Amino acid sequence: MTKAKKTVVGRRSFLRGAAGGAAALMTDPVVGRAQKAATEPGGRGAVVPTEAALARENGNARPALNIEVIEKPQSDYMVDVIKALGIEYVAFNPGSSFEGLHESLINYGNNQPEILTCCHEESAIAMAHGYYKIEGKPMLVLLHGTIGIQHGSMAVYNAYCDRAPVFMIAGLDNEGPVAAHNATDMAAMIRDYVKWDHQPESLPQFGQSMIRAYKLAMTPPMAPVLIVADAALQNPPMKQNLPVPSLVMPTVPSADLGSVREVARMLVAAESPRINAGHFARSQRGMDMLVELAELLQAPVNGGDRAVFPSRHPLAGTGGGAPDLILALEANIPGTRIGGTRPKTISISTAELLATHNFNVNGNPPQADLSVTADPEATLPSLIEEVKKLITADRKKAYDERGKKFAAIHLQLRNQRIDEAAAGWDASPISLARLCAELWPLIEHEDWSLTSPQGFISNWPNILWNMDKIYRTIGNQGGGGMGYGAPASVGAALANRKYGRLSINIQCDGDLNYAPGVLWTAAHHRIPLLTILHNNRGYHQEVMFIQQQCSIRNRGGDKAHLGTKLIDPNIDYASMAKAYGVSGEGPISNTKDLVPALKRGIERVKKGEPALIDVVTQPR
Amino acid sequence: MSSRSRAEGITIMATLTIRILMMAGALLVGRVLASAQAPAGNAANGKELFLTYGCYQCHGYSGQNGPGKHLVPMKFGQAAFTAYIRNPVKPNQMDWMPSYSEKVLSNAQAADIYAYIKSLPNAPTAKDIPLLTDIKSGK
Repeated sequence: MTKAKKTVVGRRSFLRGAAGGAAALMTDPVVGRAQKAATEPGGRGAVVPTEAALARENGNARPALNIEVIEKPQSDYMVDVIKALGIEYVAFNPGSSFEGLHESLINYGNNQPEILTCCHEESAIAMAHGYYKIEGKPMLVLLHGTIGIQHGSMAVYNAYCDRAPVFMIAGLDNEGPVAAHNATDMAAMIRDYVKWDHQPESLPQFGQSMIRAYKLAMTPPMAPVLIVADAALQNPPMKQNLPVPSLVMPTVPSADLGSVREVARMLVAAESPRINAGHFARSQRGMDMLVELAELLQAPVNGGDRAVFPSRHPLAGTGGGAPDLILALEANIPGTRIGGTRPKTISISTAELLATHNFNVNGNPPQADLSVTADPEATLPSLIEEVKKLITADRKKAYDERGKKFAAIHLQLRNQRIDEAAAGWDASPISLARLCAELWPLIEHEDWSLTSPQGFISNWPNILWNMDKIYRTIGNQGGGGMGYGAPASVGAALANRKYGRLSINIQCDGDLNYAPGVLWTAAHHRIPLLTILHNNRGYHQEVMFIQQQCSIRNRGGDKAHLGTKLIDPNIDYASMAKAYGVSGEGPISNTKDLVPALKRGIERVKKGEPALIDVVTQPR
Repeated sequence: MSSRSRAEGITIMATLTIRILMMAGALLVGRVLASAQAPAGNAANGKELFLTYGCYQCHGYSGQNGPGKHLVPMKFGQAAFTAYIRNPVKPNQMDWMPSYSEKVLSNAQAADIYAYIKSLPNAPTAKDIPLLTDIKSGK
């Protein structure tokens, strides 16, 4: 379809005559001056926005007046395509470059998929990231031109590193009022960390591109995708009925039978195999199959940051000692010798299929002795069958013996870690172990889900709680970008809401302050989420690193708080929560006050609303 | 920030050393004295230093929480403690304790910190905490 001629005037030539307020008071109309834009170079082809252009973005001008009514805009078709993909939610911070699509979503789509109003693009994308990790499918995110993409870029990078398929549409309005919001290659800014991007030239191409983007995003190795939707495609009237292209998902790449048999042979022959399990399980079935494989082989399973193997299973952990074979499922191969020997290694991974993955993000571990390019979850059924065929009675007897040894080691290490939880038990501020231990009996009989990372809370939930389902703990940021915890938790809690799960977010204070407006999003959309603030009043990790630098330079550590601590004044998180419409309580720094506050918070969340409890904690 | 100057600390240390020498007489050699008989510290000052110098960042306000080694119960004697913070063990590139030379932390200040750590209460053991016993049993 050729580019439709705009049927509105005003952005360049007309102001609504009846517009009141500031626009009406402007002596120099916005009209006309905008046409002079794009003549002043702002560096590398960028254009300095005119006063008129900025006036509209700042709310000092009114939207354009249609000179004719458009009953059936092309953005309605876009909504049809979005619905055909089964997308349930669309998150965005509003922007003029996609106002046509926005209007279609609310009036034509009748808020289906449901709009999630976000206060920052980074929040919207991180919400989609967390949502995927529970629901297993993408949330749509809309981004406003260059500025929306840049606001969201950190969260895109996190999702990319975490192999999370966030589906994004960025609006582009080349005839819009602010030239700086446009670019000739909109996706260039984040192309290094999306799997695919496209700017369709026509409406039929938009439909096809959306289908392709969805398929690519959702086929392992999964990753974010971006479609650029030109306003010139969104706003013109439909000229003909277009069929919505159908979505047929491709099969997931699984290993060839020859490779599977070789993997099985090596596993069965190994005397002390270990399984390193990364982000391989996309469903509960993945966890269940891993349990089956581990039990067949009586091999210990060393999991990553997401729940992929039950934490209290006797085979959970490294098993101690030196393995003679490591099977890595979307996991890194150890680069160093273990116990003085270098084990044989097998990798089953889709990393080789994501060529853009940078050197440090999975994908570039030391070479395995046998590297199988395949999705582990799709490969496990055939691998399990081949292993079963090869296990003899003698081997099974040997496996049972080593299984008993691994179970004993698991129990010993688990008890040792639980013993460590006693440290600082009665201390104020409250220890994170105490916080997590006290929370456990309050949630263990619920269907609960921990939606926040555990790295900054010393992994106490993994030690003290029973991570027996894939949704029990959904892992880290991916790219290590802060500002992820709160929005990812809101997105995950939204997904958990459908299943009646109790969502728990143990929230780092520094992380929350990147974009706390997501609390309002949770309140507005009635997303039940218990946020317990791990309030150590600072960027604690960085304090430790700065202390090390001070040490290297022999200058003392007494100024390490400068630039790292969130004190003077202390932030009042309970009031912050209340300001956003979320129930807030705290600060709580004495252990005697902890459990009653947790109980009150859980009760509120079970009623369907978010709640925040500010707990002043030991630093880590 | 410390309320005790380095010079003051040195003066106190010297005074105490003389007293100890007089008490111990010829049985003590100077080398042993220097390492084992440092002046007793002031726990109140030590608390301030513990916070100012960020000891709590790795060891917790409790002296026993966080990625650093548990300081409570303190297993070092005072001299060994001072010697350790001057030149801590560095097990790897990431997880190592900053060192505190005499230039940045005097012996007297180190003694104060030591005194504060010694004043911190021990935690109960896990077997005395029913909640942890329950978790161990699989609840």
